[in-house]
Amino acid sequence: MDNFLTFIAQPWSWFVSGLLIAVIMTALLFFGKSFGLSSNLRTVCSMAGAGKIDSFFNFDWKQQSWNLFFLSGAVMGGFISAKWLGTSDQMAISSATLKDLAELGISINAGLNPDTFFGAEALNFHGIMVLLIGGLLVGFGARWAGGCTSGHAISGIANLQIPSILAVIGFFIGGLIMTHLLLPFIV
Amino acid sequence: MKQLKFIFAGVVFGIIMSKSEAVSWYRIQEMFRFHSFHMYGIIMTAIGFGALAIFLIKKFRLNDYLGNPIVIQDKEKSILRYLGGGIVFGLGWALTGACPGPMFVNLGIGYSLMGVVIVGALLGTFLYGILRKFLPH
Repeated sequence: MDNFLTFIAQPWSWFVSGLLIAVIMTALLFFGKSFGLSSNLRTVCSMAGAGKIDSFFNFDWKQQSWNLFFLSGAVMGGFISAKWLGTSDQMAISSATLKDLAELGISINAGLNPDTFFGAEALNFHGIMVLLIGGLLVGFGARWAGGCTSGHAISGIANLQIPSILAVIGFFIGGLIMTHLLLPFIV
Repeated sequence: MKQLKFIFAGVVFGIIMSKSEAVSWYRIQEMFRFHSFHMYGIIMTAIGFGALAIFLIKKFRLNDYLGNPIVIQDKEKSILRYLGGGIVFGLGWALTGACPGPMFVNLGIGYSLMGVVIVGALLGTFLYGILRKFLPH
């Protein structure tokens, strides 16, 4: 058991990860559901009463409650891996990326995310606004495009949908603009 | 409890995403800088096996566990909504390093400031709801 835990505590390869994500997607199809995380954001708005303000949120959200259970499982999965399956090693991020980020003043330690954005040093007006606006763009864009990475990039393209390919092209246009043009002015 | 299977699938998903570092801000930066194959490997492997599974489901007309045929709805035809929405999404994805699944996984890992990203994503969803009639679809 100890050997098994040590074995899975190592970072997982992209192949194992990609294969298992496809297994989850397929399992949901056999449960009669479809893999897509961003729908949950609309469901939560509806539960909070947004349907009184706009008909977009007026739908039978109980039909979507399975997805909220999936989402709460994902939170638990994050907790379990941090608590019992973690390593304290620094991630093997490409040195070219680390060099670019160092020029922006963003360093790396043992964690998955930089302190610049998620540590105590982000606890100020600028830091909170960056996270709030970043999240706002994700939520707005996902609903306008009708899906996110799970719904379009994975389920949509796996189902050979041209709209999903367009959405992923959009994800990359936006991501490249942010990474190469805007990020230096934000951090 | 019939929701237990969804919780279990979510737990497995959360562990996969954490252990393969797909929830890491650095991995997303690496992807948008074309410095590593890691994220491309994850996404392309998932698409490959996912496409195979969907192909087999359609070819053998498989049913779900309740015996109903598995139907996967086609996405409605449009160009502007996918490119426009995609670009807005990509801007936020590269900034926060998190898409709608990973922001919650990160919360579980212990990044409490991801809560701010989640509040932002809910606001963005709400804003889309009230502005959607002014947007091209």
